[in-house]
Amino acid sequence: MTNAQKNRLIDKGFQVFGIVCTFFGLVILAILIYNILEEGLTRIDWDFMKDLPSRRPQKAGIYTAVMGTVWILVMTTLIAFPLGVGAGIYLEEYGKKTKLASLLEINIANLAGVPSIIYGLLGLEIFVRIFKLGGSLLAGSLTLSLLILPIIIVATRESLKAVPSSIKDASMALGASKWQTIWNQTLPASIGGVLTGVILAISRAIGETAPLIVVGALAYVPFAPSSPMDEFTVMPIQIFNWVSRPQHGFAVNAAAAIIVLLLITFIMNGIAVYFRNKWQKKVKW
Amino acid sequence: MKFSEKIIVTLLKFAASITILTTIGIIMVLLFETIAFFKEVSFIEFITDKEWTPLFAQKHFGILPLVSGTLLTTTIAILVALPVGLTIAVYLNMYAPKGFRKTFKPLLEVLAAVPTVVYGFFALTVVTPFLQSIYPDLAGFNALSAGIVMGIMIIPFVSSLSEDALYAVPKRLKEASFGMGSTRFQTSFKVMVPAASSGIVVSIILAISRAIGETMIVAIAAGQQPRFSFDPTVPIETITAYIVQVSMGDVPHGSLEYRTIFAAGITLFVFTFLLNSISFWIKKKYQEKYD
Repeated sequence: MTNAQKNRLIDKGFQVFGIVCTFFGLVILAILIYNILEEGLTRIDWDFMKDLPSRRPQKAGIYTAVMGTVWILVMTTLIAFPLGVGAGIYLEEYGKKTKLASLLEINIANLAGVPSIIYGLLGLEIFVRIFKLGGSLLAGSLTLSLLILPIIIVATRESLKAVPSSIKDASMALGASKWQTIWNQTLPASIGGVLTGVILAISRAIGETAPLIVVGALAYVPFAPSSPMDEFTVMPIQIFNWVSRPQHGFAVNAAAAIIVLLLITFIMNGIAVYFRNKWQKKVKW
Repeated sequence: MKFSEKIIVTLLKFAASITILTTIGIIMVLLFETIAFFKEVSFIEFITDKEWTPLFAQKHFGILPLVSGTLLTTTIAILVALPVGLTIAVYLNMYAPKGFRKTFKPLLEVLAAVPTVVYGFFALTVVTPFLQSIYPDLAGFNALSAGIVMGIMIIPFVSSLSEDALYAVPKRLKEASFGMGSTRFQTSFKVMVPAASSGIVVSIILAISRAIGETMIVAIAAGQQPRFSFDPTVPIETITAYIVQVSMGDVPHGSLEYRTIFAAGITLFVFTFLLNSISFWIKKKYQEKYD
């Protein structure tokens, strides 16, 4: 075999290996989803959705966990959305080129790399102990808000950056103030990207388990929460709790709960992709 | 500027400063509790003792078993994610048709969107039994299965970010190489990968940092037995899993056991902080070399 032939063979060989690797991840994902559907799909019915937790796997449901997740979702959005978008606007439109801005930028890049469980330790000490919020929904949402703030800020900055300066210049030339320009021109033009980032961040927050365990969310909560100061559990913690038990019935429950959790995660990611595409199509500069 | 506008800007500035407060908060909280911890436990014992048993009657406070557990699962994860992720990046960039790349890059990123508790369930109920059918001596909880699944989870970190780096390499380098008669394989590994090396290294460092901080997969599938060993077939415990284990129990605030999770946490924080700083430094130093 000549050298050229050998090189071509290696080239072809790597191409095959490349395809195998690309599909490796997707096949594993398919096996994961198939396995969970096979194990848990028959367990899902109306009773499973509305039953309270129980020691007997056949009687246990995910009602309190779903309600906890909904509470966390709403409260985290209410806290993190204005803070994250506000910080993003400040950094992109006002704070540029100042010393504070470059410090903030390095800081945010670093925060994005801090493991989520460390945020749990922060929440435990600050919100649970010092603010005396206990293992409440409020402490949990505040902790998760801090966790996803860097994601929202980065997404907001990226989409604000994409708005051409001609739009801003035109608005300023017509006598609008800086804030009027941001509020009436820049923000509406970039809202698609901002929302995409926020939805992805929230979807990450509702899949989080570790920080909420650390701030003291409980594995067993007999009633659905009814105020922000109530104790709570969420879907991932309910799943973790069921996975850790030896009886097979609880593994089935865990699989069924995972189906519901994955459904929520994928729907939120789908909405985010939809927003991004719709916004990219609509806005053509 | 109008007065109302000044208020708005102040509010925006406040929102931005929360990120600084978060960092200060994390460092203060970890330091405060860790200093209290080291008033009762000697620092030398912490970094040299090979046993970690703070919850037992016979207490030992050596962090080494948790560190070895963390490094073990992380190493296994990287052994999976690095070759697969880098191959995917090269394949998508150099071999695959354009449409293929556009479809498969976001599809692979779904792997990173799945909640980690789901991966933990997968590792425990699917991967471990599968591995046991090949190697029957494998324990029900082990570092191998958790590490492999963690590796699969971080594939998109390596593949997407490395592909971005390859994509940023100027076309003329690729064309010059092809013009000299190189195959795609030769161009990939002699020209493109070296040219994109800083971006690829950053993606790998981020993946490592992610694996070190990953919690639920190891908490579910790797066990809760801290041991100073690099045997992947037996139960171990990582730093993160220990923090979860203590948090699930009823440990009174202010006790020594309570402080151990902050001492473990600061160890974790130092590791990831160093890695993130290195990647930030590489990015700053080598970015836009070709512009």
